[in-house]
Amino acid sequence: MSHIKVELKKEDVAKIKEICKAFNNNPGELINVLHKAQSYFGYLPAEIQEVVAQELNIPVAKVYGVVTFYSFFTMIPKGQHPISICTGTACYVRGAEKVLDEFKRILSVSVGETTPDGKFSLSCLRCVGACGLAPVVMVGEKVYGRVSPDGVKDILKEYE
Amino acid sequence: MHMLVCGGTGCRASASDAIVETLKSELAAKGMENEVQVIMTGCFGFCEKGPIVKVLPDNTFYTQVTPADSAEIVAEHIVKGRKVNRLLYTDPENKQHISDSKHMGFYKKQLRIALRNCGVINPENIDEYIARDGYQAIGKVFEMGAQAAIEQMKKSGLRGRGGGGFPTGLKWEIASKNHADQKYVVCNADEGDPGAFMDRSILEGDPHSVIEAMTINGFCIGATKGLVYIRAEYPLAIKRLQIAIDQAREYGLLGKDILGSGFDFDMELRYGAGAFVCGEETALIHSMEGERGEPTVKPPFPAESGYLGKPTNVNNVETFANIPVIILKGAEWFSAIGSEKSKGTKVFALAGKINNVGLIEVPMGTTLREVIYEIGGGIKNGKKFKAVQTGGPSGGCLTEKHLDTPIDYDNLLAAGSMMGSGGMIVMDEDDCMVSVAKFYLDFTVEESCGKCSPCRIGNKRLFELLERITKGEGTMEDLDRLRNLSEVIKDSSLCGLGQTSPNPVLSTLDNFYDEYIAHVTERKCPAGQCKSLMQYVVDQEACVGCTACARNCPVNAIAGDRKKPHVIDTSICIKCGACIEKCKFNAISIQ
Repeated sequence: MSHIKVELKKEDVAKIKEICKAFNNNPGELINVLHKAQSYFGYLPAEIQEVVAQELNIPVAKVYGVVTFYSFFTMIPKGQHPISICTGTACYVRGAEKVLDEFKRILSVSVGETTPDGKFSLSCLRCVGACGLAPVVMVGEKVYGRVSPDGVKDILKEYE
Repeated sequence: MHMLVCGGTGCRASASDAIVETLKSELAAKGMENEVQVIMTGCFGFCEKGPIVKVLPDNTFYTQVTPADSAEIVAEHIVKGRKVNRLLYTDPENKQHISDSKHMGFYKKQLRIALRNCGVINPENIDEYIARDGYQAIGKVFEMGAQAAIEQMKKSGLRGRGGGGFPTGLKWEIASKNHADQKYVVCNADEGDPGAFMDRSILEGDPHSVIEAMTINGFCIGATKGLVYIRAEYPLAIKRLQIAIDQAREYGLLGKDILGSGFDFDMELRYGAGAFVCGEETALIHSMEGERGEPTVKPPFPAESGYLGKPTNVNNVETFANIPVIILKGAEWFSAIGSEKSKGTKVFALAGKINNVGLIEVPMGTTLREVIYEIGGGIKNGKKFKAVQTGGPSGGCLTEKHLDTPIDYDNLLAAGSMMGSGGMIVMDEDDCMVSVAKFYLDFTVEESCGKCSPCRIGNKRLFELLERITKGEGTMEDLDRLRNLSEVIKDSSLCGLGQTSPNPVLSTLDNFYDEYIAHVTERKCPAGQCKSLMQYVVDQEACVGCTACARNCPVNAIAGDRKKPHVIDTSICIKCGACIEKCKFNAISIQ
C-alpha cells in the first residue's frame, strides 16, 4: 500500500459520508461511490477507503481490492497537469513509445509518478479513440494529436 | 440549408467546437443565422481528414477545416454559392477535387447500417432521430408481439458484434424462456480493445438507436430495466447518452406504459473503471455489482443467472444499433447482406500505417484488400504492406496471403485471428512482428484479472520469452516453448481473455517465423525496431565532420574533430536516433 499518510479533515470525512449516503450506503454502488470520491478528492488514499468501507459496511480489504483492480482509480495524487500518453495499438505503431520516452527523459519521472514539484504526472492510457490523430497525448482534458518526440518540449512549454 | 460539423472525439480534439462557434458568428454577421443551421453531429468516419464540415443540401464535404476557414466557407459557399476548392477532398490518383462524399474511395464501398445516423443527425435532439424513422421499430414490435420479434431476430442471422459472434436472436430466446420476477437488459459499452472506437462513435453519434434497441430487447425477454455499462474514459458519449435518455423519458419512450402498450422500461448508466476483462459478460456483471471485475465459470450463463442473480441479456453497442433497422426492414432484407454465415455489415476502426484512418462499415464478406487499398487508400508514405492485425489483443496478424479472404467471423477464425470488436491495425515493413506480439502480451499481462493461473502466470512467462528474444538473448528452444505455452494457456484459461491472449504470438509465429529466427540466430531485427539489436554506425567515407550529430546527441556518445569523420561510442549510445535525423549527408546508419 502507498506510504502517503493523509490527515482527513472533518469536512472531508463529512463529504465522503455524503457521497456514500447519496448512493444509500449500498455496497453494490461501491464503484460509483469511488468514482465520485475520486473526482472530488483527485485520488483515493487508504484513509478515504477506510471511511467508505465503514459507511458501506464492508471490509476495507474489499474497497482496496476494487481500487487496485481498476486502472481508473489511483492512490497517488496526480500532478497539477496530468499527462497521459495513449499506448493503444494505433498510437503504438505510429511511435507512441518514442514520445513516452521523451516525456520520461525531460520530466525525469517514470510512468505512474508525479514530478517532485507536483506539476506534472505521467501515465499511460489505452486508446482515447482518436486514432486518426495518432500518436495522441492528453494533458488534463486537452488532446494533442500527431505528437512527435520533437514536439514534446513545446507541449510542456505551454504549462510553464 | 444545413451545415453539419463533426463532433466526434477525434474532430473535437482538432477544435471542431470552435468551428461551430465561428461558423455561427460568421453567419450572424451576414444576417443568415436563421436560414442556415449549424449542427454538431456524430462521427463522419473519415477521421484522417477531420475536422469535417458538410453542407446540405448540396452534400459538399469539406475536409481538415480550421476555425479560420469559417469566414471563407460562409462568404464563398453560403453567400455566393461557390465551393471552396482548397478545402475539398483531393483524389490521390487523379488529383481532382471531389465534393460529394459518395464519390470518394473511402465511402464508395461502404454500407452504413449501424452507423446510419452518425454524421447525419444531431445526437442531442430526439426529433432528428424520430425524423429518420426512430422509435418506429419499438411500435412495430409492440404490434407483432415478443415471440414474433425474437423470430425476426433469429431469422436475420445477426451475431454479436462484441467479438464472440453468438447469434443474437438465440440469446434473446434463451433469456425470454427463463422466468423471474425481475430481468435485466445490459448494454456492453466498455470498449476496451485498444484501437477500436466504433461503440464510442455510435453512442456519440446516435445514442437513441441503442436506447430503442434496448427497449425492444426488454420487451422481447420480459425485462423492465436496462443498464448501460460504459467506460468512464468516454465523457462525451456519457453526456450524449444521458441527454438522450432524459429526452426519451420526456417523450414517454422510456418509463411507464410506453406508447400505451402497458410495457414499462427504464434505464440507467453504470461506469466502468478501466479493466479490459470487463468486456467479458460475467466480469462485466460483477463490476456492475460493485465487485472486482473477475469472470466466473459458465454455466450458469447470464441468461439464467446474471446481474444480482437474475436473468440478464448482455449485448454490445454495435449489435444494438443494428436492431431497430432489422425490425423495420425485416429479417429477409438483413440476411440478404453479407456472407453465408455472417449476415449484415461490420464496423471496423481502421488505423495504423494507413492513408485513410477512420471508422468504416462494410458488408460481411468484403475482402481485406478492398478495405485496406480501396477504402483505406493503401499504406502511408508509399511503404510496403506487412500485416493487418484484427481482433485486438485477442486477435492475430494476417499477411499478404490473407488479403483476398472475405472478412467474416469464420474466415478470420480459420486464418488464426478473430473478428473481435472490429479493430483493424495496419502495419508496414518498418514494424517488427516480434515486438508487436510483445506489445499485445504486455497489454494482456497488465489486464489479466489474476483469477486463473494459466492466464496470470502463463502470459507473464510468454511476455518474458518475447522480451528475451527482442533483446537478442533468445534460443531456438524458446520458440518451441512459446508455442507450447501458448497452446496450454488457450486450452486451460477460465475466460475469453486468457483463451485468446496467445493469438498474437501464435499468428506471428505462423506467419513471420523467419523474423523470429533472425532475432534468435542472427541476433538481428529485420525491421530495425528492436533497440538492443541495433548499432548506430557513422560511415567514415560519407561523414564530412559537420558536428551536427555530436551537438545533438543527448548523451555525448559521438566524438570527432571538425571536418573529420566522427565515431559513435556504442557503449554510451542510447539509440535514440537523434543523430540520424540531424545528419544531412546520410552518413549514419543502423546495423
